[in-house]
Amino acid sequence: MSTAHTEHAEHGHDDHAHDGPHGSLREYLIGFALSVVLTAIPFWLVMSGVIQSKVATGFIIMAFAVAQIVVHMVYFLHMNAKTDEGWTAVALIFTLVLVVITLAGSLWVMHHLNVNMMPGHSAPDIT
Amino acid sequence: MARILTAAETESGAFYDPHEHEHAGGGSTMLGFWIYLMSDCLIFACLFATYGVLGTSYAGGPTPNELFDLKLVAVNTAMLLFSSITYGFAMLEAQRKRVGGTQLWLVITALFGMAFVGIELWEFAHMIHEGATPQRSAFLSSFFALVATHGLHVSFGIVWIFVLMVQVGKRGLAPANHRRLACLSLFWHFLDVIWIGVFTFVYLLSTLR
Repeated sequence: MSTAHTEHAEHGHDDHAHDGPHGSLREYLIGFALSVVLTAIPFWLVMSGVIQSKVATGFIIMAFAVAQIVVHMVYFLHMNAKTDEGWTAVALIFTLVLVVITLAGSLWVMHHLNVNMMPGHSAPDIT
Repeated sequence: MARILTAAETESGAFYDPHEHEHAGGGSTMLGFWIYLMSDCLIFACLFATYGVLGTSYAGGPTPNELFDLKLVAVNTAMLLFSSITYGFAMLEAQRKRVGGTQLWLVITALFGMAFVGIELWEFAHMIHEGATPQRSAFLSSFFALVATHGLHVSFGIVWIFVLMVQVGKRGLAPANHRRLACLSLFWHFLDVIWIGVFTFVYLLSTLR
């Protein structure tokens, strides 16, 4: 990300100082190349079924998704800890915490409801 | 925002930010827009959670394996990815103050966006024609809610691109227009980030089951 700032200083776009950081051609191309690779591999894994274990494939493609989200954040959204004195990063971290609570909480609670209350699936024996 | 910053600076002992430039207005727009995007992210988190909970409730209806055509999804993903890089090119042209180049890349971005929405609508029409309507099962309700909300965002993004093209055409790349382009840049790339979640968790993972 420091490259973005040096570029910024070199071109002297002082009039856009408050438009947030912007990238260079190199950054966009690196981001695009990485995204293509990180998209193509999960699609290939699922469509060809090269890995026997479906669970393993699932975890691998989730890892690729997380990697690609980071790539997009850095190379396309130009995230860094300095924009707007760190408030952008703080807002992002806060949102991520809420997203994790929402997703993990919903899945966890609803999974247990399903397991315990679904007719036909016997609940853990209370008697 | 200005007040918050002043308060923070007062605490640290500095009343004036030595690096502060004159504000022509809109100095905190980018942060405000970012916070809007974060709230939008929470909407999508709720829709993803809904899909995560209901995604296997087929009610005896069609399953993801019967419905999803991964080749089509791959093409759609490519459309959105191409539109992301072309919007990046539009921003680079805008930084160089080239109106013509900016407009050209904006049109190309809009075309990729329209291809994406078009393919998605075709997919929806195909599914509904086969009886896989949103009211068929909880899986399909949550699928349509999530994917269509994303598609609706992209559609509004396309409208926004054309509105900005008119503004850039009329007033050139003035600071205000540059700021608007930067906001749309965040919006557009953010939608691509959401799409990563959609193709991974909705299309790929559901097909694996």
